[in-house]
Amino acid sequence: MQTEWGIWPEVAHIVAAMIPCVLILHVVAVGALVFIWMERKISGRIQDRLGPTRVGGAFGWLQTLADGIKLLGKEDLMPKDADPFLFRIAPYVAFVASFAAWVPLPFSIGWVAQHVNIAVFLVLAILGLEVFGVILAGYASGSKWSLFGAMREAAQVVSYEVPLGMCVVIPVFITGTMDLVAIGEMQAGLFTNWLIFHDPFTFLVFWVYFTCAVASVNRAPFDLAEAESELVAGFHTEYSGLRWSFFFMAEYGSMMLVSVLASILFLGAWNGPIPILSPLTNADNVFLNYLANLGGCVNLIFKGVLGVTVMIWVRWTLPRLRIDQVMTTCLKYCVPIAAFCFIGALGWQTGGFGVWRDGQRIPFINDMFPAHGRWEVREGWTQFDEAEGNDTSESVSAVGDGAEEPGLPGAAVVDTLQLVSKQDGGGG
Amino acid sequence: MLLAAINWQTFFFALFALVACVFAAGVVFSSNVVRMAFYLVISLGATAGLFFLAGAEFVGAMQLMIYVGGTLVLLIFGVMLTAQERFVSMKTNGAEWVVSLVVGGAFLVLLVSVAFSVDDWSSPNPNQEKLGVVEANSASTVGAGLVGLRVDKLDLEEGDLQAPGMSGYLFPFVIISIHLLVVLIGAAYMARTKRRASA
Amino acid sequence: MGFFDQPLTVSHYLVIGAVLFVMGVICMATKRNAIGVLMGIELVLNGANVNFVAFGSKYLRESSLGLDGQLIALFVIVLAAGEAAVALAIALNFYNNHATIDVDNADELKG
Repeated sequence: MQTEWGIWPEVAHIVAAMIPCVLILHVVAVGALVFIWMERKISGRIQDRLGPTRVGGAFGWLQTLADGIKLLGKEDLMPKDADPFLFRIAPYVAFVASFAAWVPLPFSIGWVAQHVNIAVFLVLAILGLEVFGVILAGYASGSKWSLFGAMREAAQVVSYEVPLGMCVVIPVFITGTMDLVAIGEMQAGLFTNWLIFHDPFTFLVFWVYFTCAVASVNRAPFDLAEAESELVAGFHTEYSGLRWSFFFMAEYGSMMLVSVLASILFLGAWNGPIPILSPLTNADNVFLNYLANLGGCVNLIFKGVLGVTVMIWVRWTLPRLRIDQVMTTCLKYCVPIAAFCFIGALGWQTGGFGVWRDGQRIPFINDMFPAHGRWEVREGWTQFDEAEGNDTSESVSAVGDGAEEPGLPGAAVVDTLQLVSKQDGGGG
Repeated sequence: MLLAAINWQTFFFALFALVACVFAAGVVFSSNVVRMAFYLVISLGATAGLFFLAGAEFVGAMQLMIYVGGTLVLLIFGVMLTAQERFVSMKTNGAEWVVSLVVGGAFLVLLVSVAFSVDDWSSPNPNQEKLGVVEANSASTVGAGLVGLRVDKLDLEEGDLQAPGMSGYLFPFVIISIHLLVVLIGAAYMARTKRRASA
Repeated sequence: MGFFDQPLTVSHYLVIGAVLFVMGVICMATKRNAIGVLMGIELVLNGANVNFVAFGSKYLRESSLGLDGQLIALFVIVLAAGEAAVALAIALNFYNNHATIDVDNADELKG
């Protein structure tokens, strides 16, 4: 430590990195706190009883905290046959995966822990790692129930990643970017700009996505891994106390995560159905922008909570599927429907279903209702300067004579195509 | 310790590299097959971190998604299907260890000496400071490369772009797609439950 | 301290690639469990991938392979997935037919 001032920027960097981490941790932990209470209340209502009523006042809203304190006091048991190292580490693997997947997820315009240009992909990739915690827990417990649960989980998650990936690809190719911030910004404006209303195929694929998301986070009716009527408690049979609660935090964290991802991809992200906040967003005042972002953040979290509520509702309404029915749902229904929607949306996007405006075909039907600057946010390829009508992008600086309409989806590739054909004389 | 002098790129490289190598060694020297699988997961995950550091973010995410999230889950699935008591930890005898360690050590020495033999490889990029990894932004160039456009070589001459190898990767991409389809069908065919005629 | 204030070079990555590669080779040579051998193969492929990415990185080297390195790394990853599926199917078939997963027992063709 040579100079005091030499160390300050580094400390500042570390603090700046810690702040989003702590905030996200709170989203996951407080989210779990709220959702567990919510689940108990909703399940109570669905089963015609009251649910928790006492702790913390009228609605029992401190029930989860009481549960947590009880869990802290429980004895940490480990079976004799367990693999000690893997048994101890498994809950943390599950929790860390569920937590880390939040890092590239934006909460509002620019409110993102780490702005990644392949955010969608990264979220899915990291979320897929949660399964390791479950598998390790199942194996390391040294119990047959746990092992069965883990096997089911492995088979189920690997299968459901296929349709999930296909569903997610559709918004990606419609918007032309994998950057979640850009995808969210493209849906600004009236709710007709939301990607779920983009065309019939995206409307259909949203439900497929939701089904696959429920399956991939192991919620009923797909919770084969912890089917309590068959496998005692499945992969977490042998867990107790705080380690057990880590599994639950991971589960609720990833439920919220897939719901928020669904909101960003399909349901307009942080944009409300009617853009009442857009004057604030477009204002020159930083404080007003901040307010708009805050409103957007609340909006997104509301949508996410709505998704989680639907998941809870589904859980307490539908019976659990058998394992072969789970596989049938994935391979015979979700994959073909997703593939059909993929082809359909692709055709809608590039083919003859488009709408004509100013003598030009617009595949994006919602361009009938122009939102502000849909084309400005395309991964740094075509940053269009509206005032001058010139393409100011640096990476593709040769394009942009100002005459062409820049607003079409896939403009980046089109520009590149033109550029390449310009360069190699019309070749492909 | 002079914190300000640290090149954070190198620091995180060292962190990820240490994790990757230590857990790769764990794979080799552990005899319990499930722990091997877990160590392999961590090793490959750390390698994905190395890819991110090198600016290949798409490859890193692909590594996490396909390798770690897909292939290794499959591997662990296989491990569990065959994890009977006597197969969980199988010991290798000492002579085999000695031979393979000698061969492997010699190989390692060779590869490391090769790694430092070329000056261009062991001297840092002078533009590193101003380049920054964040600006790599490689996802769309990779995507364009897969459908047959080389947007990273646009500054080349007209003739060079039409030379073999400059036309992107559409053809290999298609071949690999078909290859994967064949692999899927073949694997499903081989792994299916067989009903014996006598039974 | 001398190491941490140096900028990264391709050689750094090559060394890591070499270590992963050699670990994979040793793993393939010493494991008797068929799935252990498979894990060795994954390590080998991964070591090779590190090299591809290092050579393709604009950050590490001024005149890099560019996109080629990353694309070949992608192909390697995808092919490794296919390879793992087939190898696993073989291993499971072997296990079903011989009731063992020890590759030393796969010697029926020995003269």
